[in-house]
Amino acid sequence: MAALTRPFRRRLRRRDREAASSAVQRPPAAEAPVEQAPVEIAPNDPLLAYLQSASGAVDIEALELDSPALGELKAAGVKLAVPLVSQGELIGVLNLGPRLSEQDYSSDDRKLLDNLAAQAAPALRVGQLVREQEAEAATRQRFEQELEVARLIQQNFLPKELPELPGWQVAAYYRPAREVGGDFYDVIPLPDGRVGFVVGDVTDKGVPAALVMSATRSVLRASAQRLIEPGEVLERVNEHLCPDMPEKMFVTCLYGVLDPETGHLRFANAGHDLPYVKTADGVVELRARGMPLGLMPGMSYEEKEATLEPGESVLLHSDGVVEAHDPERDMFGFPRLKQTVGEVPGGQALIDRVLADLDAFTGPGAEQEDDITMVTLQRSAGGSVLVAELPGDERVASDPGSNGRVLAEFELASEPGNEREAMKRVEGAVADLGLEAARLDRLKTAVAEATMNAMEHGNEYRPDRPVSIRVLESLGSLRVQISDRGGAGEVAPAEAPDLEAKLEGRQKPRGWGLFLIEKMVDEARVTSGGEGHTLELVMRLEGGGDGDA
Amino acid sequence: MAMRELAVAVRERDGAAIIDLQGDVNAAGEAALQGGYAQAVRDGPESVVLNFAGADYINSTGIALIVGLLAQARAHDVQMTACGLSDHYREIFEITRLADFMTIADSEDGAVSGAERGDDA
Repeated sequence: MAALTRPFRRRLRRRDREAASSAVQRPPAAEAPVEQAPVEIAPNDPLLAYLQSASGAVDIEALELDSPALGELKAAGVKLAVPLVSQGELIGVLNLGPRLSEQDYSSDDRKLLDNLAAQAAPALRVGQLVREQEAEAATRQRFEQELEVARLIQQNFLPKELPELPGWQVAAYYRPAREVGGDFYDVIPLPDGRVGFVVGDVTDKGVPAALVMSATRSVLRASAQRLIEPGEVLERVNEHLCPDMPEKMFVTCLYGVLDPETGHLRFANAGHDLPYVKTADGVVELRARGMPLGLMPGMSYEEKEATLEPGESVLLHSDGVVEAHDPERDMFGFPRLKQTVGEVPGGQALIDRVLADLDAFTGPGAEQEDDITMVTLQRSAGGSVLVAELPGDERVASDPGSNGRVLAEFELASEPGNEREAMKRVEGAVADLGLEAARLDRLKTAVAEATMNAMEHGNEYRPDRPVSIRVLESLGSLRVQISDRGGAGEVAPAEAPDLEAKLEGRQKPRGWGLFLIEKMVDEARVTSGGEGHTLELVMRLEGGGDGDA
Repeated sequence: MAMRELAVAVRERDGAAIIDLQGDVNAAGEAALQGGYAQAVRDGPESVVLNFAGADYINSTGIALIVGLLAQARAHDVQMTACGLSDHYREIFEITRLADFMTIADSEDGAVSGAERGDDA
């Protein structure tokens, strides 16, 4: 029906000489070649229905209808209206003035006009469709360009990398919907060693949301550096945003400040979805009251506190998760998310699991409705070092080829300082072997250096790459195998450290690790394979000499 | 297990500047150690003594820091002495040949009084 609301145009063209010769019967407006203003036919004008159902050319002068458009046509001197109908739809009208011969239109004329209309109507329809499609394509292109701009703004203001927090695994995820929303997250290192965490969501989508998001993020970053209390920070951000906030837009935002040393978390919430904390006693929500940002000035934000104990984790998320729908239009909802948080320790594994749950819920190929954002903080278990430990009864079985006895087997997160944990655990594992004190000290130093090598060079201190350590006793020897997950690439041969060269600046001061390892133990060998390199340290248990190679 | 961050204190005794090291001697202690050294040499002492009595963990990155300090001391003709090392770390100072370029004293007294070599292993 779109064609019906479009104005119908009528053109009356007359030659001057005719205008002169037949002025009496002509309407006054027809004195010169004229292009008259189009006659609008309102959608509810009865003339439309009449023309649509007419079997051919309609004699306008004889027609009696309560129709404003009909009056206008008559006034303009239209004698005959030929409806152009395509597939039952009125798509235009051919309006004719009086014949140049001043005679009435004959039945032959009418037949000719009917034939013309029958052929013109489909052609006109095709023309209209082409024009509509061109307009739609232009609109679509503009829309896509806008989406691209929104995406660029958004991505520019998300953190490029997350800070390394010793004893913590920090992971974040952001996936924009096709029609980019205003989600954002941020991790802000603070001057006193604490770290600010932000997850937020701007109402609306596209470029406007992306711009508000970038403004919010900038003000938040600046305020977080100056103000310590999260409630004050949100208050300040709200004051900044309020004057310039576009109508009907606002920002929900959760801001928390974590002390990585103690696990202490102080947070405030501007109307954002509540974070979940996985504790030993189950999953709890972090509640704090506050209005969304940008709605009205003078708001205050409640501040709450929590402590993340070793092994506990927190998930900050945006509503793109819980408001995802399945094909039956059921929402994913908070209970499902809460349950998942309870089932996974945290970190990247939790994010992966939520995404898998979401995909299964929405079904294959479903288009993502809204941006999805998640940030997780997990405090490492066991005083910030232990990632995993195999149960004791798996240990012996796990070294089938060597006839050896596995004394210990464990993994350590690649975090600075964890080499000391490796020393402690290896020392504990070999306590019964009667290693003399000096040799034990050498073994510990070698273990520390090898662990540091694996964490730094093999694993690049990445949280997803732990160091695996295995302590074996076999054939009168103690073997400690330290494996990284840095891939099986070549190990560049280390330059032998030369103290004089180092003192004179010809060699860098560093580069002692492998040298020390080789001096400390009876044998050190590197093997490659599978996920990375393994450095095996060997100490002979009987008659092992003094180890001073 | 947390690292024990290196704490550095400087005191003067009989013309020697003593740098007391407390905690882990590793790369994380660089700023503290450099600061301590700068303070120690400010008044032009006869010698600088690194007192390791409070340091129970020295790793290869810590050795690198000591090499760096030793290079600075040599460049400015400041004599450097170490004391308070456990047998194990004394051995490491010998293996790395640090002991060839700085005096290793058995005790702080020895380090201050005469820079006599405690043990020529």
